[in-house]
Amino acid sequence: MTEPNKRAARETADPTPLSAENAETIRLTRKDFVSDQEVRWCPGCGDYSILAQTQKVMPDFGYPRENIVFISGIGCSGRLPYYMNTYGFHTIHGRAPTLATGLKAARPDLMVWVITGDGDALSIGGNHVLHSMRRNVDFKLVMFNNRIYGLTKGQASPTSEFGKRTKSTPAGSVDTPIIPLTIALAAEASFVARSVDTHTEHLQATLNRAGFHTGSAFIEVLQNCNIFNDGAWRDFTERDVREDRMLLLEHGKPMIFGRDRDKGIRLAGLRPEVVTIGQDGVTEEDLLVHDEQAEDPFLALMLSRMFWPQFPVPVGVLRAVPRPTHDALIGDQIEAAVAREGKGDLAGALASGETWTVE
Amino acid sequence: MTTTRTRSADLPTQDLERVTIRFAGDSGDGMQLTGTQFTRTAAVFGNDISTLPDFPAEIRAPAGSLPGVSGFQISFSSSDIHTPGDEPDVLVAMNPAALKTNVGDLPPGGALIVNSDAFTKSNLSKAAYEGNPLTDGSLKAYSLFEIPISTLNERALDGLDMTSKQKDLTKNFFALGIMFWLYERSMEPTLDWIGQKFGARPVIAEANGRALKAGYAFGETTELFHTHYRVKPAHLASGTYRNITGNEATALGFLAASQLADRPLFYGSYPITPASDILHQLSGYKAYGVKTFQAEDEIAAIGAAIGASYGGALGLTASSGPGIALKSEALGLAVMVELPLVVVDVQRAGPSTGMPTKTEQADLLQVLFGRNSDSPLPVVAPATPADCFDVAIEAWRLALKFVTPVVYLSDAFLATGAEPWRIPSVDELPDIHVDNPTDPATFRPYARDAHTLARQWAIPGTPGLEHRVGGLEKADISGNVSYDPDNHHRMQMLRQAKVAGIADDIPLLEVHGPDRGDLLVLGWGSTYGAIRSAVERLQADGRSVAHAHLRHLNPFPKNTETVLGSYRRVLIPEVNLGQLLLLVRAKFLIDAVGYDRVRGKPFRISEIEEAATKILEESRP
Repeated sequence: MTEPNKRAARETADPTPLSAENAETIRLTRKDFVSDQEVRWCPGCGDYSILAQTQKVMPDFGYPRENIVFISGIGCSGRLPYYMNTYGFHTIHGRAPTLATGLKAARPDLMVWVITGDGDALSIGGNHVLHSMRRNVDFKLVMFNNRIYGLTKGQASPTSEFGKRTKSTPAGSVDTPIIPLTIALAAEASFVARSVDTHTEHLQATLNRAGFHTGSAFIEVLQNCNIFNDGAWRDFTERDVREDRMLLLEHGKPMIFGRDRDKGIRLAGLRPEVVTIGQDGVTEEDLLVHDEQAEDPFLALMLSRMFWPQFPVPVGVLRAVPRPTHDALIGDQIEAAVAREGKGDLAGALASGETWTVE
Repeated sequence: MTTTRTRSADLPTQDLERVTIRFAGDSGDGMQLTGTQFTRTAAVFGNDISTLPDFPAEIRAPAGSLPGVSGFQISFSSSDIHTPGDEPDVLVAMNPAALKTNVGDLPPGGALIVNSDAFTKSNLSKAAYEGNPLTDGSLKAYSLFEIPISTLNERALDGLDMTSKQKDLTKNFFALGIMFWLYERSMEPTLDWIGQKFGARPVIAEANGRALKAGYAFGETTELFHTHYRVKPAHLASGTYRNITGNEATALGFLAASQLADRPLFYGSYPITPASDILHQLSGYKAYGVKTFQAEDEIAAIGAAIGASYGGALGLTASSGPGIALKSEALGLAVMVELPLVVVDVQRAGPSTGMPTKTEQADLLQVLFGRNSDSPLPVVAPATPADCFDVAIEAWRLALKFVTPVVYLSDAFLATGAEPWRIPSVDELPDIHVDNPTDPATFRPYARDAHTLARQWAIPGTPGLEHRVGGLEKADISGNVSYDPDNHHRMQMLRQAKVAGIADDIPLLEVHGPDRGDLLVLGWGSTYGAIRSAVERLQADGRSVAHAHLRHLNPFPKNTETVLGSYRRVLIPEVNLGQLLLLVRAKFLIDAVGYDRVRGKPFRISEIEEAATKILEESRP
């Protein structure tokens, strides 16, 4: 293990409120996290499910409500903090990660969630996502990806398909979409995962994993906007096709999918390929084995590029590696300075440098 | 003035009250360091001092070129001074480009010391000289001293294991040595500094020390100067002093505020001239619990500061005009959520990128009005480098008492200029009291203090006070999202009234001079020194003139209108095109007149004196 990794491992072992024991002691339920505000998303919106799963997993972490903060940007997703009975801050477009960075640096004791959307996180706020991930700021960023601008009523977003016709692109979008998970990995995110709004158990499990991760977590939730982009992910998320068209990632397990568990992913040179177990002599041993803890991000990057219809869509945790957090590193420097110089004394700072006395 | 004979060099010594020296050379010639060393020495000696560094934005423009000229002006005096001097008494020009860009400021008869070695054909051509000014008679109005500084310096360094080029880098210390001799200064502070700075590199230390001593010895032995000069220590108030720049005083003031409030300081910042030194200094205060964060951009810097304030720390950010423009939306958020925050604007010449290293005070209207909708916040502005300390504390006092973002307007002149500062004891600093609510029974997110109209600063981690804030309009008291028309009107009025009410909590506007009379010169920010000096000169001439200087620009002190109404005329000199003037005329319906110069430089005393004299003449019955 490298030095930073050892450090992070130590940190994870530290006794913090982030533990199942604490969850037992505090004994909160979903209801404790429901605020008194009326939820105002469109009926049928995928956001309802994301909110419900978020409220359901909150008691898992053993944090008292007052130590949890939800910070959002602008867009339909931005309303989520109002519905959580925790501390919440609905900020401005794209900037939620910046407030979360400052809050976490000032208050490492808090559990911080950032709620954002594809436009908020990847268009206006792209720079902040990039830099908060590389710093490994210890917050969990949940990005609702509906491939459209919903709150402004239906313009193309940075994840909209090339050629997509929207109100702002009547002749089709001329912009190539970006892939959120590839961006997160390129930005050195230490935890990268994907789930789906309607796959409630999987979404809960993914949020749970993210919550227990120490460091930046980037979670893309494929979310349906039934008003402006209905069925954006339907082709592979519907109940009757999802097993054939999605790849459920599990650490240490071969990449197998399909209703009959007979399809798999094999590496052909530098590219993945879909193979059928039992055909052309293919066995389970030939398949790629998922390793979310790999030190190099190559496998995760490859998975992030796999998408329907060429490939089954991977969901689950692509990457989860230990790395020292931004707030811990800042705190360490302060501790080291105090150990070296003693606790700062104001009079000393005022009189520092060259002085002279006038009688 | 008295003339005595010194024993050592057998030359007459003349006592002067005040001397202004300008060092000018290529930006690679170490002029800032030379100026700083002279400043330290004069300060430690006990002179009152005021300095004006003037450097290009280019780090190393082509050597010898006009854009590459860097200058440092220091005025030192045996009496109280307020400015770095209108014009130098002595100009040290290390090359033709430095001569060309600076000689225009030297008055006839002024001493001009040039490094004659640098007046080569190539350097003359880089400075766009057709002939050689040293020989064509164009400098005959000045007392010209041609000294082959490079040659003499290289000779002094003979035998040291260095290249010619390395040796040439120490010639600024030779020039400094000459000036130390001329003004009877000790070399010890600079020799000590050299020892500390280059201790690990003995050859470099030896070279710089030798260069300094050689310059000093040159002054002592040469026939070039017929006299040398003494500027006695000034009669400053008793106490312990240090030399301080505006940026240093600003950073120290914020550190002090954090200690007084017993809250950690969090500083989010993106590098920008001339504010970056605040980041450099605060990043050295880790033992005080100060957390600094170099953000990915200006928006992230203020966003992080707001996040830190939300968490109960003192969230602070700083920038200059272009960066403040980027921060505007987030600053509006801070107004809406009503959290304590201090935003520093170290103003520089604009618009757009403008002249990054040159001063201007033209962001006043930007910080007051440069946000969407009516978005009131308090604005404070220090008047001198040392005053930055007190005003930085004042910014935090207001931010915490009224739970509001506050803008602190410094500028490039204040930031890099320096003066002696009497170090206060911690006991004499103001009390800063911070209160966070803890009682769920009484807490309402947007309930207000009856007196200050401040809402309560409830911080995460407080059980039972879980609530949501954000940029959407809030219902009065409950803080729930509200689109109610009457509520919005009420909230706009409340935000406005809260800031306006600060007028009851700040000192009255003080007047220097008669309570009523012919003319009031009203200023704000770094024009203080020039205005004060000009007004003192006019007062000495028997004119009925007074000076008032605003440190609070929003709201104005309560007596501002009364003060302005007590004079027949009001003159407002500004390094912008009349921004305070616009506010004063609009707010008080007073026929004030402006005097505006935006040359990237501070006012000269004489400019203000002339402008004031003109008005006094005009309005003579």
